[in-house]
Amino acid sequence: MSLQPSILWIILGGMLVTSIPRILPFMIIRKLNLPEPVLKWLGYVPICILTALIVESTLKVPSHGITSINLTVILAIIPTCMIAIWRKSLLLTVIVGIITMAIIRFLLG
Amino acid sequence: MQQAETLKQIAQPSFSDGIKDCIPTLLGYLSIGFAMGIVAVTSHLSILEIGLLAALVYAGASQFIICAMVAVHSPISAIILTTFIVNLRHLLLSATIAPHFKNSSLFKNIGMGLLLTDESFGVTVNKLAKREPITEQWLNGLNLTAYISWVISCLCGGVFGQWVKNPEIFGLDFSLTAMFVALLILQLHSMNPSKLNHYILLIIYMIIMMYGLSFFVSLDLAVIIATVIVSTIGVITDR
Repeated sequence: MSLQPSILWIILGGMLVTSIPRILPFMIIRKLNLPEPVLKWLGYVPICILTALIVESTLKVPSHGITSINLTVILAIIPTCMIAIWRKSLLLTVIVGIITMAIIRFLLG
Repeated sequence: MQQAETLKQIAQPSFSDGIKDCIPTLLGYLSIGFAMGIVAVTSHLSILEIGLLAALVYAGASQFIICAMVAVHSPISAIILTTFIVNLRHLLLSATIAPHFKNSSLFKNIGMGLLLTDESFGVTVNKLAKREPITEQWLNGLNLTAYISWVISCLCGGVFGQWVKNPEIFGLDFSLTAMFVALLILQLHSMNPSKLNHYILLIIYMIIMMYGLSFFVSLDLAVIIATVIVSTIGVITDR
């Protein structure tokens, strides 16, 4: 049970910088009426950001070199996508995704 | 039809509905949190530090990056700046949810914002896409369940981490991506079918843009820039 001072500073600094983007919109948007185009724009954010997070996991960017595609992740995404479309269940998709990934890694060694 | 609409409006989701709606995402939190704890142990963090990191920073990707940077003795300032960039996308998530809670007090708004995650955002926008009402109590139930599960699973990973050296081989690290896939499909499913083509086009733009941007900026910044650009394209091309 140790707490190094440097780690404590990292945790406190991390807390501050992760809190700001989370609470700032909640504090500001209460005060103003957002115009219709902005609300419409916000309506597109969910689809875009979910896509971005999925694509992010398929890309590998080494510190020196060019972007490469993580084929293992792409291979696992395909059945995961199919089960999500077929059953429309969050939990089932996650379970099938984990199992698929484990199988792919086992097969590819 | 009219009656069904009214009924839907009356049924305001409660705190316990929020807990229930969190359950499908728990496997994601538990497996990633567990992996997080293991990685933290290998970066020589103590159980106390793992617990504080989970409870105070409460951000999956950032916690992994913090551990990686601590392990290679990066300067504190660099670690905090990286954490900031990785989590900057929460501005967009928060801004999407916040307009629905304009009537709640400032204090409650801060509470809801502090516990916002990619997953709780995903569950909330899915509920909105299905035209179901959301309430403060519901979001708090969802958020607190996720928060408690996350902290506990990080601690468990830290405790059991000595025995499981490589969480990757079990495919657990993929649970997050699988969850995002499911949330995206659920979003598209609850969409007005006439808009589906428009959204699929935007998804294709996102994929191209993410790949292209990855050559110039970090992936975390690419997420933000691509989302801002493609959402704008979405508004402009909407008929």
